[in-house]
Amino acid sequence: MNIHQSAVPIVIIAAPLLTAFILPLLGLWSRSVVFPATLAALGVSLGGSVLAAHRVLTSGPLEYFMGGWAPPWGIAFRIDHLGALMLLLLGAVTLAVGIYSKRSIVQELPGKEVPFYSVFLLLVGSLMGIVATADMFNLYVFLEIASLASYALVSLGGGAAVVSAFRYVILGTVGAAFYLLAVGYLYSVTGTLNMSDLAERLPALYDSNAVRVGFAFFVIGMSIKMALFPMHAWLPGAYANAPSAVSALIAATTTKVAAYVLVRVMFFVFEPRLAVDLIPVTALLSWMGAVAMVMGSVMAIAQSDLKRMLAYSSVAQIGYIVLGVGLANAMGLTGGLLHLVNHAFMKGCLFLVAGAIVYRTGLREIRQFRNLSRRMPWTAAIFTVAAFSMIGIPPFGGFFSKLYLILGAIDARQWVFVGVILLSSVLALVYFANVVRHLYFPPDEADPTPTTASPEAEPAAMPRGDPPLSMLAPMLTLAVGIVLLGLFNGEIVSRFINPVVAGSVHP
Amino acid sequence: MVDYLIGHFNIVTYVVLMMIGFYAMTGKTNLMKKLVGMNIFQWSIILFIVSLAAKRGATIPIIVHETATGPAEHAVAVHVQAMDYVNPLPHVLMLTAIVVGVATTGVALALLLRIHRQYGTLEEGELLERIRTSG
Repeated sequence: MNIHQSAVPIVIIAAPLLTAFILPLLGLWSRSVVFPATLAALGVSLGGSVLAAHRVLTSGPLEYFMGGWAPPWGIAFRIDHLGALMLLLLGAVTLAVGIYSKRSIVQELPGKEVPFYSVFLLLVGSLMGIVATADMFNLYVFLEIASLASYALVSLGGGAAVVSAFRYVILGTVGAAFYLLAVGYLYSVTGTLNMSDLAERLPALYDSNAVRVGFAFFVIGMSIKMALFPMHAWLPGAYANAPSAVSALIAATTTKVAAYVLVRVMFFVFEPRLAVDLIPVTALLSWMGAVAMVMGSVMAIAQSDLKRMLAYSSVAQIGYIVLGVGLANAMGLTGGLLHLVNHAFMKGCLFLVAGAIVYRTGLREIRQFRNLSRRMPWTAAIFTVAAFSMIGIPPFGGFFSKLYLILGAIDARQWVFVGVILLSSVLALVYFANVVRHLYFPPDEADPTPTTASPEAEPAAMPRGDPPLSMLAPMLTLAVGIVLLGLFNGEIVSRFINPVVAGSVHP
Repeated sequence: MVDYLIGHFNIVTYVVLMMIGFYAMTGKTNLMKKLVGMNIFQWSIILFIVSLAAKRGATIPIIVHETATGPAEHAVAVHVQAMDYVNPLPHVLMLTAIVVGVATTGVALALLLRIHRQYGTLEEGELLERIRTSG
């Protein structure tokens, strides 16, 4: 397939990045234009992503040379099938969270809309830059911009959020520093930073210690960035203490983009044979993924705070993605990538619901929900859809990605992993069923914290407690997205994932 | 062994510095010291990558045009030997990395300021204690 030049990649990245810098000036002039400007920038990015996906599907990958300088000198941007899928995903989720954030930010961070949206757009733009760039060092810069933006966003939450943000700064910087070190090693032996040039020159150098050390540092750095157990220490605090919209945004995007970078560099800059045969990185990754799946789920069961539970569940879900990557066969990698997409929608949706519950009732503890579905029927229904998908019930998206993962594990003759996937799904059932139970049924008699008002009396006081439409619609969109991802999973796999997976790993 | 260490002194230096930074990040309980450790960690890598550009007997990468002997257009055609010049790219890249590092340090310092205002301490043990009591 021939690569053709197009300015679409740069438009997708530039719209949010430039708006992020114009926004503070706009805010000085009029505060009311800040939110529409944010939505416009996110809309342009999503529109550009749709256009890019269309062009990639019809005529092959897109490429753009920054400033007209061809690769050995300039920075190239490149969107292939997987990149187009990631951009679509980022565009859709960030626009949904952007719309949702209008009301929740007014409540949680009154008067801070201008800096919030500025940093929000900075994060979105740099994440899209990570996906689209074809230059290893440019990727580092975007990675750090994205990290800095997420540190700032996390610290906006009240209470201990600022401490969580500091922990995130330290660990995130170590991850990025390892990545930089990897780039330094690779540059020292190849003399290039462009991904396709690297892919050409590296195979002859696989015996070089510099390449191997660089590869090892790269894998560790990305593992920290995507919070792979046991390098997940920054994640639960950051997700649980951040403002609602930020939790949803970061949970749905940052770790997924890190996983995407891992896949892209491990399989397309290096060849799979380096990670599979020469150094057994994939074997190690799949075991770490399996441990993350079990440990994340076990720790999620132990949580009483809904957002903290969802955060530990994210640790487990990253395990699924990494297991799929580690299996390094067609089915496993397909499952891992499909789970990446599914998880972004599911976890984004679940965090939005958690935020909506806090917005309406201020409740965070799961056992306080006591029949909340009577007051917030739509919210509870959306939570249930996303939870079912997380557990892996057909026809929701989560079922199909787990199915591919199991098929991949069977192809690899790794029966342990089949067991671990099933075990982790059962554990997910335990912690999500607990939430759904508290949402739909009145508390037990033996509940240690009685309230003065009986649950039956509350609906009369607050007839319909669902959040306003601007919050409900994005949640609903993501929930519908989960169902559509399930129904059209075959389309996504055959159009976006197969062209990338085929030919890169063993079938 | 000694010859190897001397021959690779840039790598030895960066690893030693990196380990000092790593020790400060993990072993120290004061958040400010952790941040200092993080900085040492970052700069060690920057130092290493800059050291990759070094060449024995090479000069700064500025091409001197022989304008005295003729017009500038002729001078550009003078053959440039890459061996004679230090590779400028690692320096330029690390300039960007330094800027990124400064931004990270700035964000981290701002966070520390807020932590100190909120909890009145930067010692990890006391901090966790006060978070627990404040709920």
